[in-house]
Amino acid sequence: MSNEEGEVQAEVASDQRLGRFERLPVRRIVLTLLTVTIVVAVGGGIFKTLTLTGVDHLGWTFWANLLVIGLALGSVYALIALGYTLVYGILRMINFAHGEIFMAGAFGSFFFAAAYAKSGFLNAHPWLALAILFLVAMGVSTGIAVLLERVAYRPLRNAPRLVPLITAIGASLFLQNSFQGFFGSQTRGYPRPSLLDGTIKLGRVSFDKIDPVVIATAIVVMIGLQFFVKRTKTGKAMRAVAQDREIASLMGIDVDRVVVTTFVLGGMLAGIAGVLYALTFGQVGATMGFLPGIAAFTAAVLGGIGSVPGAAIGGLILGVAESVGPYLLLSGINVPSPFELKGVITFSILVLVLIFRPGGILGTGEAEKV
Amino acid sequence: MKRRSLLVVIGAISVMALVASACSNDSSSTGGSTDSASAGAVDCSTAPGCVTVAAGEPIQIGTLLSITGDTKNLGLDSQYGATLALDYLDGTFDGTQGQVAGHDVTMVNEDDGCSADGGQKGATTLAANPQIVGVIGTSCSSASLGVADKILGEKGIVTISPSATNPALTTEGTHQPYYFRTAHNDRIQAAVVSDFALQKLSATTGATIHDESPYTQGLTDGFKANFEAGGGQITSEDAIGSADKDFKSLLTRIAQNAPSVIYAPDFNPACALIAKQKATTSGLENTTLLGSDGCSDATYTDIAGPAADGVYLSGPDLTAFSGGDFYKSEFVPAYVDQYGSQPLSVFHAHAFDAMNILVNAIEATAVTNDDGSLTINRVALRDAVQNTTDYQGVIGTLTCTPAGDCATSVTIGVYKVPDVGFLDPAAKPVFTETKTLDQVK
Repeated sequence: MSNEEGEVQAEVASDQRLGRFERLPVRRIVLTLLTVTIVVAVGGGIFKTLTLTGVDHLGWTFWANLLVIGLALGSVYALIALGYTLVYGILRMINFAHGEIFMAGAFGSFFFAAAYAKSGFLNAHPWLALAILFLVAMGVSTGIAVLLERVAYRPLRNAPRLVPLITAIGASLFLQNSFQGFFGSQTRGYPRPSLLDGTIKLGRVSFDKIDPVVIATAIVVMIGLQFFVKRTKTGKAMRAVAQDREIASLMGIDVDRVVVTTFVLGGMLAGIAGVLYALTFGQVGATMGFLPGIAAFTAAVLGGIGSVPGAAIGGLILGVAESVGPYLLLSGINVPSPFELKGVITFSILVLVLIFRPGGILGTGEAEKV
Repeated sequence: MKRRSLLVVIGAISVMALVASACSNDSSSTGGSTDSASAGAVDCSTAPGCVTVAAGEPIQIGTLLSITGDTKNLGLDSQYGATLALDYLDGTFDGTQGQVAGHDVTMVNEDDGCSADGGQKGATTLAANPQIVGVIGTSCSSASLGVADKILGEKGIVTISPSATNPALTTEGTHQPYYFRTAHNDRIQAAVVSDFALQKLSATTGATIHDESPYTQGLTDGFKANFEAGGGQITSEDAIGSADKDFKSLLTRIAQNAPSVIYAPDFNPACALIAKQKATTSGLENTTLLGSDGCSDATYTDIAGPAADGVYLSGPDLTAFSGGDFYKSEFVPAYVDQYGSQPLSVFHAHAFDAMNILVNAIEATAVTNDDGSLTINRVALRDAVQNTTDYQGVIGTLTCTPAGDCATSVTIGVYKVPDVGFLDPAAKPVFTETKTLDQVK
């Protein structure tokens, strides 16, 4: 004990002997320079965009529009991201096939949606039809998620962490190619009930009707999930398994059941997200899960993987950054076609967050190696 | 123990499958050879030499079209047109093929993937087969430009495209000597769309959206040049990724300038999704959406549905074909009869003519040897295609130029969805204009 104290004192003494600048670690200098550069670049870009005049001027209604579009997209990302984060929290594993679970739900409900649109049921009883579409999508996604867990992940639960990760990537390709093989590789149009078609006006801003619906649905679902995890017995069991799987099983918690419940929850959320996404963008296809899957994974990491509110916040930030970011940062400095650079903006945000907060926004603050 | 025996069974099955596939590969590659020495009367000493088809063996013609994925309707439509041309060699559409120079013809179908990547793969496969005499392809300019046209050209394989329309493909400097097309040149199409916007829609401002592919960029560049020359103003030129699905923020940005027209000549699904999402974008209520023939296949209406009504799409004017009577009363009915649907896109007749030009050139240059085998000199074949003059095709009178364009005078129609040529070949365009290549230099 005294020996250690002595060492600490010696260190402090040597620190005092050094000059002020010699003590500054290189990492701190780099980070400070980076912060200053980013603040100047982002601030300059925003300032120049907001002070555009004449024909180039972008009014507040434009930004309000983009914000709503971004929040709707972010809500879908958030729902998918919750699936990543729940599974990660329990199994410490990235379920890379989750984008395909999302796709499967949207695809499954497509067949019903197309039939309902043809028969006129979709427009005659839109709420009933939508309810059925959501149930079908949740059913298909949940079924595939549970099957995946049973077949691909459970046998590998005690294997090194890289093994289930590779399996997940394999499962993702398997699902994508199976859907392509069974149902064709072309994109199909997803019908929207006429009730949700068109725009609504809120003051001087008008939105696509579907956007507020998507946001509201996502909020309700996320509140429900939070309630489930925090207030129910199963939720408590999930949190216990997330903390320590072995101890939880010693306390009498059926770990297998909790894991399956987690996949069921993730599948249901993915199914809901699938229908919302298909309704928003009007299309489904076998490869539709890939990009939203990557974006949602990014959102989960951004928010702090393993954290439920983190995934929600990460998803919303990512959605808004994707729609507002390119125009806010790049319009003022005359970058041609800022739309194309949305990926650059969102992934820059991810990299920056991970530099300053390796565990994500609501994460534990420590880096996780994937 | 049980698990191990299962593994053994799976292993055995996969080994058998491998062996079986290897065997089938072997048996399919029989046939003639490209042995230049065996050809008696024809000089095959200079590269790229000759194709020799053994007696009783079929002549192999490749197709390199976009037959899977999102643009499959575009490619299948052309493939059907080319197949119908072989069917009609005997003078009737009866489902049995005629012969060329006393030999049957088989088609070797590859996928161009509507991308440079796909063009590279498909062209390499075809170029590796020494029996391929000529190729009908590609569907998309991106698969041709500097990729398939080069790979096939280096092997001396004549390539005739029914639908790749990018100007650079037949521009001196980028044109490959073995490359031809019956498709129109987009210098013409872009000029017609711009004329339509200025004259019929009285447009003063326009926005363009391309997807970075040569086809779309060629059109938006041509549109810009013509539109500005005609007194219009381009308010924005945007680009999207071909895999993008979400155009809401882009359309909201374009709505800030409220241009008279948006010209988005992309491929499906992007083209259809832009139409669908534009319909619910506030601020674009008075903006007219224009597209071109990349949008013009059955996928477009499947995805966009009624949201696309009122969009204008340009493309070849199917009602202006000089072989119109034959087209309406024989060709389309045969298409419907054999493939069970109205034409999937608008280039089936171009593919029909392309195949016929190739077949005629083979007839003109193939030499039958004493043993019944056939020798086709690749250089002579190329020259025969290029010497095609005043050929009376279905789409019009075709004369191939040294730069590769066989359709030198083209009638482009602008259709108003849903009255479009790919849903109803008898649909009347709302605007047509005929231009020759010399007019749009």
